[in-house]
Amino acid sequence: MSMTLDSKVPSGPLERKWSKHRGESKLVAPNNRPKFDIIIVGSGLAGASAAATLGELGYNVKCFCFQDSARRAHSIAAQGGINAAKNYQNDGDSVFRLFYDTIKGGDFRSREANVHRLAEISLNIIDQCVAQGVPFAREYGGLLANRSFGGVQVSRTFYARGQTGQQLLLGAYQALEHEVAEGTVKMYPRTEMLDLVLVDGHAKGIVVRNLVTGEISTHAADTVVLATGGYGNVFYLSTNAKGCNVTATWRAHKRGALFANPCFTQIHPTCIPVSGPYQAKLTLMSESLRNDGRVWVPDKKKDPRPPGQIPESERDYYLERKYPSFGNLVPRDIASRNAKEVCDEGRGVGPSGLGVYLDFSDAIKRHGEDTIRERYGNLFEMYQNITNEDAYKTPMRIYPAVHYTMGGLWVDYNLMSTIPGLHVLGEANFSDHGANRLGASALMQGLSDGYFVIPSTIANYLATQLGKKVSANRPEFKAAESEVRLRINRLLSIKGKKSVTTFHRELGLLVWDKCGMARDAQGLKDALQKIPALREEFWQNVNVLGDGAEFNQALEHAGRVADFLEFAELMCLDALDRKESCGCHFRLESQTKEGEALRDDEHYCYVSAWEYTGPNTPANLVMEPLTFEYVKLSQRSYK
Amino acid sequence: MNFKLKVWRQKNAVSPGSFKDYDAKDIPSEASFLEMLDIVNESLTGNSEDPIEFDSDCREGICGMCSLVINGIPHGPGKGTTCQVYMRRFTDGDTIWIEPFRAAAFSPIKDLVVDRSAFDRIIQAGGYIVVRTGSAPEANSLPVPKHNADLAMEAAACIGCGACVAACPNSSAMLFVAAKVSHLGLLPQGQAERETRAIHMVREMDELGFGNCRNYYECEAICPAEISATFIARLNRDYAAASAQEALTV
Repeated sequence: MSMTLDSKVPSGPLERKWSKHRGESKLVAPNNRPKFDIIIVGSGLAGASAAATLGELGYNVKCFCFQDSARRAHSIAAQGGINAAKNYQNDGDSVFRLFYDTIKGGDFRSREANVHRLAEISLNIIDQCVAQGVPFAREYGGLLANRSFGGVQVSRTFYARGQTGQQLLLGAYQALEHEVAEGTVKMYPRTEMLDLVLVDGHAKGIVVRNLVTGEISTHAADTVVLATGGYGNVFYLSTNAKGCNVTATWRAHKRGALFANPCFTQIHPTCIPVSGPYQAKLTLMSESLRNDGRVWVPDKKKDPRPPGQIPESERDYYLERKYPSFGNLVPRDIASRNAKEVCDEGRGVGPSGLGVYLDFSDAIKRHGEDTIRERYGNLFEMYQNITNEDAYKTPMRIYPAVHYTMGGLWVDYNLMSTIPGLHVLGEANFSDHGANRLGASALMQGLSDGYFVIPSTIANYLATQLGKKVSANRPEFKAAESEVRLRINRLLSIKGKKSVTTFHRELGLLVWDKCGMARDAQGLKDALQKIPALREEFWQNVNVLGDGAEFNQALEHAGRVADFLEFAELMCLDALDRKESCGCHFRLESQTKEGEALRDDEHYCYVSAWEYTGPNTPANLVMEPLTFEYVKLSQRSYK
Repeated sequence: MNFKLKVWRQKNAVSPGSFKDYDAKDIPSEASFLEMLDIVNESLTGNSEDPIEFDSDCREGICGMCSLVINGIPHGPGKGTTCQVYMRRFTDGDTIWIEPFRAAAFSPIKDLVVDRSAFDRIIQAGGYIVVRTGSAPEANSLPVPKHNADLAMEAAACIGCGACVAACPNSSAMLFVAAKVSHLGLLPQGQAERETRAIHMVREMDELGFGNCRNYYECEAICPAEISATFIARLNRDYAAASAQEALTV
């Protein structure tokens, strides 16, 4: 079977594509908009901004989230900032430079047209957020302040202390709640999507579970928008919120949506190291810390001395040594991989040996403790609270942790998946970050998709659907609903010996080991053997107590872990197929003499989009070739 | 470390609840409070006893999803949220009381989980600046004095957890409302709706069954985002101005 993917990228010069596309897109007349029902799943930056904007346009929106309020979506945890090519610092920034940095940062595995659009829209996002009252940092003259962020040489990052994600999300959330008050959006909190409903091949509804009462119900609409975030929790330990999961996108995949580049997972270099097996999640320390902190490990293996007693001459500031022009500000994938390397050599620090120092003593000497406190006070406090160590006096210990997933459902330029009528926004899609996301770009993409892209591209689909409304009474809805019920009953009836968390942790350790910061064919094949066995055991031996018709967190978790157990296999399969190293995907078999990632543009310059072919049969690979007209493919160098 | 837990168990909103005793055994001192409960839940599940339900999500103190009253204090000892409490704060052998946030406007759901959607309703009443997407002026066309921007940020830091309500003898949501009214009212963008915002949000708060403010300052003492009670004075001023304005226009 062969399927071809049409990216629907408009023709014409790069910088004209988006305005040309908007000019040529279909429109839905204002009097027709209230006739269209739009389901949005997820209320983070992408979901909330889309719901607010589509509601404001007059569409009839239903928005679902599993949290108790839209304001709690995980976008809220983003610390560092949001990029925009405003060039307020007059330091040579431009839309093209932001585009180029993002393409290069992604190691040339994303679409030029999508990334350029993102860079263009970055300007509008800042305007929008400021108008909403997002309290960005300002200079004494009252104008907006910027800082630089990993992987670039200009200052284009806008920030609100260490709480940028929170403030941007609250802006979108408030706009959303305004639309709720206006009656254009109806919010369904504590409600989880458990399946997608297709009618004649089009996405026309969802099956959900009310997490308070356990009631299962179906909702019909003219189109479905997924903004359900990433799948980082497949690794069990990650910086994601406990509830983040792959269920919505995985269910859509099983209904026919192609899943793109699942092996592209970002490991963030600056997280607090793991302290023990009881640990439930990892905590990120903002990347902005690398602006003033210097990363080092002792020269000697297993050096028992406390950091203060190790003289300068016996320290290895390995990022500064290996990458003199970017130093501590190299992109995330490179910083993470180098941390792993020095720890693998036995030079790691802390009780587990899995950590490196991030040292602020020079910055404190240069700027004074007060300045450092003003810049990072909340982060230092957080660090002290968790580790009981004072980073003003002793270097922080950091280690990489899973943070973001660049892969996601495949979408075309309109953000529509391979299922007609199913749109996918934000981290849940694959589209803009290639094989590695640059810092402060996730917030930009979520808001670009939600505020500015989908409100214009969704009409291209909806305009073809006038008069084609379907009702939730159709048999397709009943069938999907009963499948969901069966699955829940099955989970509750196993009453085995192992808890859901035990399975989740086992899966996480396995994929971290085999499909984490470095991968090779042997390890991936091993994982591909072990995952189905673990999944089999899960369905024989998991213990989920209580019943389905009540508030039951173990049951929620069980459904999510069941999906992770299927998804993990696809992630490893994708990693095995891609024999090159690129971005965050480091194949041990493909490295340069200096141990850097070695891309193979001749054989792997494509998006891997995987088609579901049924349980226990390998997914089918469909390639979208990537062509570059405006940038020259080059080996990334940050030296 | 080992602890005796006295945990509020309640099957659902209509069933009465009560405290039940549990042992928390072999807890590492580096574990967080919620990880301690995770460990207890793992052992309950192993014994086929229903695990203790509690809310949490980001577990880094920012999403506002976690709650819990620990030994009578919303979010427990120290600054910050429940998820940022670490067991090293307690003494081996301690007895720890764990309850949900209690307030008339926060109805119980199960065990330690309560419904805080009343906060969303208050925001719906006016906690925003209306700006149609795409219609915003150039961001730097409107300078905001750094002092005002910083103060607005301090108010905007509210995580909407509801601890202020749980701590208040009157279950008032004044600190929550004041934080939003101040955040938006301190900025030039928020002036057009400043007065209607204050009056609508306060009225909604009253209608939802939150009590009034009696200046106990328990809210400020407990707030994990360290929102200052002086913002309540700012709210009162906006509210009074709006009320006078309203009286004049009727």
